[in-house]
Amino acid sequence: MARTMTGAEIVLTALADQGVEVIFGYPGGAVLPIYDELFQQDKVRHILVRQEGGAVHAAEGYARSTGKVGVVLVTSGPGATNAVTGLTDALMDSIPVVCITGQVPTHLIGNDAFQECDTVGITRPCTKHNYLVKNVNDLARIMHEAFHIARTGRPGPVVVDIPKDIQFATGNYVGPSNIQHKTYRPKLKPEQPAIREAVELIAGAKRPVFYTGGGVINSGPKASQLLRELVRLSGYPITSTLMGLGAYPASDKQWLGMLGMHGTYEANMAMHDCDVMINIGARFDDRITGRLDAFSPNSKKIHVDIDPSSIDKVVQVDLPIIGDCAYVLEDMLRVWKAKSPVLDKAAHKTWWKQIDGWRGRKSLAYKNSKDLIMPQYALQRLYELTKDRDTYISTEVGQHQMWAAQFLNFEEPNRWLTSGGLGTMGYGLPAAIGAQVAHPNALVIDVAGDASILMNIQECSTATQYRLPVKVFILNNEYMGMVRQWQQLLHGNRLSESYTEALPDFVKLADAYGWKGIRCDHPADLDDAIKDMINSPTAVMFDCRVAKLANCFPMIPSGKAHNEMILGEDVTDEEVQNAIGKEGKVLV
Amino acid sequence: MGEHPKQSHYPSPQKAQDIVSRTLSIIVDNEPGVLARVIGLFSGRGYNIDSLTVTETEHEKHLSRITVITSGTPAVIKQIKAQLERLVPVHRVRDLTNEGGSIERELALVKVAGKGEKRIEALRLAEIFRAKVVDTSTEHFVFEITGKPSKIETFMQIMGELGLVEVSRTGIAAIGRGSTML
Repeated sequence: MARTMTGAEIVLTALADQGVEVIFGYPGGAVLPIYDELFQQDKVRHILVRQEGGAVHAAEGYARSTGKVGVVLVTSGPGATNAVTGLTDALMDSIPVVCITGQVPTHLIGNDAFQECDTVGITRPCTKHNYLVKNVNDLARIMHEAFHIARTGRPGPVVVDIPKDIQFATGNYVGPSNIQHKTYRPKLKPEQPAIREAVELIAGAKRPVFYTGGGVINSGPKASQLLRELVRLSGYPITSTLMGLGAYPASDKQWLGMLGMHGTYEANMAMHDCDVMINIGARFDDRITGRLDAFSPNSKKIHVDIDPSSIDKVVQVDLPIIGDCAYVLEDMLRVWKAKSPVLDKAAHKTWWKQIDGWRGRKSLAYKNSKDLIMPQYALQRLYELTKDRDTYISTEVGQHQMWAAQFLNFEEPNRWLTSGGLGTMGYGLPAAIGAQVAHPNALVIDVAGDASILMNIQECSTATQYRLPVKVFILNNEYMGMVRQWQQLLHGNRLSESYTEALPDFVKLADAYGWKGIRCDHPADLDDAIKDMINSPTAVMFDCRVAKLANCFPMIPSGKAHNEMILGEDVTDEEVQNAIGKEGKVLV
Repeated sequence: MGEHPKQSHYPSPQKAQDIVSRTLSIIVDNEPGVLARVIGLFSGRGYNIDSLTVTETEHEKHLSRITVITSGTPAVIKQIKAQLERLVPVHRVRDLTNEGGSIERELALVKVAGKGEKRIEALRLAEIFRAKVVDTSTEHFVFEITGKPSKIETFMQIMGELGLVEVSRTGIAAIGRGSTML
């Protein structure tokens, strides 16, 4: 039953029919009809950000913490170009986002009109799909298709570019049912022979390791439950990528911690020495593999991925399985239970003994200080004081992000919001805002660095406007810490432009935005200060002054393999500085 | 560690593998921007396009057929196919070279200018190649030639000595051998 309405009404009706409760956006000339429609309805709530880039990251934070599609509404030209970083971020991390952009009227497209840009051209490589709507009668179908494409298969961002005349024009509205896409059919269910082969391979392993990724999170909470069941049934060790943290509880004894460049020694060594690798929803990213020709040289590799193009893209695998993680895990569990395989307990005992030996190296150890707050210590205290709460953590990008991944333990999926693939500084604050909008009573903390936080600092004002009590926990060392660490390790400690000479006073800045500001520069005061932050009913900016030259260890150095990690135990600032130019540190 | 300015935090390139040439047929919805999606994928991911033809082949279904000749290592070819299939308006991708072989043909318009002996020789050779004269004056011929790309290459090489001034080629159209449809 087609109903007739204007393009702007179609947009709002489609959003409501898609179950959208909240959108993040910023108005402008080319979206005014949609904003006018927004004003006259009450199903969809709008969060006004301060810059369009913030809107996309907020939508990502919303999506990542809820499993729903994040929705963005921005204007043409600069509105769309400002959204590009967030769209690319969502594409790299497979976050479902629908971004509606205004466009100049159809008859002006191509004329270099005011605030015109080639939005579909610019966003083509940074979206899963995009549309320019040229006929109002296509608009409803396109809106529903956009949501379908964004949320199914490997999720990702979809842009719908709507010229202003189309927003004014009158056309037919169709509902979300009965929309069948001509070509888009993601494969969700795996081939059964591959499942049986995988179970056989897994059951016969002597030195197995589960290596899981963001695909498990994207598949939904059920996938995490099934993963836990399979891992516990097998008794095998499990590690995860940055994007996959929380799918398996960090408190469990089978958990090895994160793997990769700044992952734990035991996780990386297990990857290197395993005989069967079970990759579920991870993509062999270069932060994970290190040197490719030395990556897990003696293992049979099973790769479960919903995206066929991920198979053999980086690492040649022995057994690819295309499908959604939840379906694959469900099938694996069924076959496993039916077969109840006899495992090589003796071999697994030896394997665990070896893993415990690696664990014994305590690769996350650092030298604490009585006078200085070590960044690792700050995060350990933050974890201890927040772990029993309903907590969501976002991060910016850099050292603080890696430390957060190492020291904040996640027990549940969707609690960890970080920019993994693109590595977008400025992601954390808007993402925290998005998560807080979705979970108004939760404790949402953006673990930040002093440099990253300034990249989207304007969004403090958004939090104030909507009384969102987000907490920004800044590990302030006055440096772009990861840049400085790389300059120290690889560029002769020539600290080219990685020191910020003129940082704002973060406490005064907090005050200016109507936030509470807290500064802490001594370990003895830290617990009370963190409690003060947690207990504050308002947004808080926490300026945690940490040791300036701490480095993030352990670390797989450039061009090295998993078994060539640098461990950072007992390394002090001075020792790190004195180590410059020496051949390696504790190369293992 | 220490002073190694050429180190970076990315893995080194993979060791060289053999490069192979492949003919891909891509059936797509003929919608605005679809060609840009396909060629943008090639340029964005650093793949090669040696030849490209595209036109709508099934009007009532709005389907276009894109024929791409590409080259790369077998792993890259596999990736190209998987990446193309990921594009939303792509119906299917077939590696014609790998799946039973294909007939490949190209059309070229070849302009040869000159007088006297060379002109006569050009016309004589054109007949051997079954090239048609489609435009002429007392000072030039435009030949239309179809065939395998290698035949066109040879023709152009010969005409190079006989006053070749301009060439326009369509790129390669290809279709799989046998009775099955793509």
